[in-house]
Amino acid sequence: MTLVSVGHASVRYPGGVTALDDVSLDIDRGELTAIVGPSGSGKSTLLTVIGTLDRPTSGTVRIGGQDVATLRDRRLAALRAREIGFVFQQFHLADGLSAAENVATGLLYAGVPRRHRRERALHALERVGLADRARHRPRELSGGEKQRVAIARALANGPSLVLADEPTGALDTATGRTVLDLMRRLNEEGTTIVLITHDRDIAAALPRQVEIRDGRIVSDVRR
Amino acid sequence: MNPVDLLGLGLLGLRTRPGRAALSGLGIAIGIATMIVVTGLPASGQAALVERLSALGTNTLQATAQPDVQPPAPLPESAVEMVRRIGPVTGASAVANTHAAVRRNDRTEPSGLTALAARLDLPAAIQARVRSGAWLNAATANFPAVVLGSVAAARLGVTDLPRGAAAPQVVIGDRRFTVVGILGPTPLTPDIDRSVLVGWPAAKSELGFDGHPTVLYVRSDEAQLEAVRDVLAETISPERPGAVTVTRPSDALAAKRATESSFSVLFLALAGVALVIGGIGVANTMVVSVLERRSEIGLRRALGATRGQIRGQFLTEAVVLAGAGGLAGTGLGLAATVGYAAWQGWPVVIPAGPAGFGAGGAVVIGVLAGVYPCVRAARLAPRAALS
Repeated sequence: MTLVSVGHASVRYPGGVTALDDVSLDIDRGELTAIVGPSGSGKSTLLTVIGTLDRPTSGTVRIGGQDVATLRDRRLAALRAREIGFVFQQFHLADGLSAAENVATGLLYAGVPRRHRRERALHALERVGLADRARHRPRELSGGEKQRVAIARALANGPSLVLADEPTGALDTATGRTVLDLMRRLNEEGTTIVLITHDRDIAAALPRQVEIRDGRIVSDVRR
Repeated sequence: MNPVDLLGLGLLGLRTRPGRAALSGLGIAIGIATMIVVTGLPASGQAALVERLSALGTNTLQATAQPDVQPPAPLPESAVEMVRRIGPVTGASAVANTHAAVRRNDRTEPSGLTALAARLDLPAAIQARVRSGAWLNAATANFPAVVLGSVAAARLGVTDLPRGAAAPQVVIGDRRFTVVGILGPTPLTPDIDRSVLVGWPAAKSELGFDGHPTVLYVRSDEAQLEAVRDVLAETISPERPGAVTVTRPSDALAAKRATESSFSVLFLALAGVALVIGGIGVANTMVVSVLERRSEIGLRRALGATRGQIRGQFLTEAVVLAGAGGLAGTGLGLAATVGYAAWQGWPVVIPAGPAGFGAGGAVVIGVLAGVYPCVRAARLAPRAALS
């Protein structure tokens, strides 16, 4: 069953730069997809378009059958809060907050009542194996732990789709592998994951690889 | 989003950048503290004056003959006795200008002081206190004896009357008078301070005084003061009440004080300027923090924050910042006012207006300073987090 459907999407910036050129892509529920390509190929743009953080200049994006172009800011925000989880290369954790509080921030906007947030944040930290780091500040955590906190934040709401932009880009190989293993396990537990990488080895280890270059999809391989 | 969560978000930025928050809050605090001090100090001073006036007696009236009326209408010799018959009057006395020159001795120029004939009941009527020596009595009032007002005493060089020492003398008209007493200052009747006072009979015999009083001092029941005032002129001079001027000395002092306090409008304006500068400080902090926190804003949008929630967060932050500054400023202003008033021995009076304006104004400034940056923050594209 299709969860994400991108149809003939193009993103052009003022000044004639085309970041995405007539891209069509369907992603089914339960898939673990790698989008691979060199830097500047448009893979991050594709991710922001799928994640509704940017609208395509032309073409459509459907999440769960819903055309996001028809949604107003409030509905779009609710969609991001409940259905989509983001993981970034640079983690984007708030320094002043503990790991559990960082995870709870994701729940705040989903309208989870205050008294349930902490409990669900702890549960999410447990899923990524960081139950014992709940009270730690980001600066007290290693790079891999930070990324796992960020993954816990993306997961806390039980989203149907997790979008990860170079989640291993700021980590060494060994740590990167544990993060990837975590992603794979989450996928086995039922979460649809789209992962961006420029690393062909990482992409090759995943069930589906979409290769993108100069804003166009050049190959789409399922293993 | 519930208010507790919103407040939590608003405090987040301040918690993580306490130094900058404190500095921009300080601007607001100083503005509001100044505002409270410049309104609180004059108000406290005013209250102190009112207190002093009531201690001196705001129940005193003063009646004088109009100068320059034709034909001249001096107050009748029996004026004091007539006034005493008005029910609520508790005391009355009079002085009369003898128009005699006062000199330190017969070789000096006239001092410019006034020689007044005074009735024996004068100190009670104007609440004068004898600082040194004694007031006139039934005996000394018949002889060339004189009591000096406080300013007159200083000007004539007689500051003290030690017991047992030879009493100093001054020259009034062409006669020598022995100084028997010195009065303390009488703030309500400054004319008395600048006068030398001789007994009524002595003035008649020594200075050729005609016996008509020039100023009547009347004390009455405070509540009945207006009623007494209304009938005073008719009582003193039934034929020509228009020739008598009745005043309330405490009013003149209060009016003088009121002119002095108009200065404070200037200070109030300065405090307003300080407040505006404080507001600009808050606006500046907010603008900078929006620029610095692009990625945080983008992340929050990615996590599902609506534009309204981003606006709410930054607006709350600005309001909290200005509100805390306002609160600190109000505290500071109150402390300064209380401290100064205590030092001056004044009662503490803080007009509710400025104090309320302090707290309320700070919040308004917070809103104004926060609106533009938070609208900008909300307009940022969510993808800013990814770049």
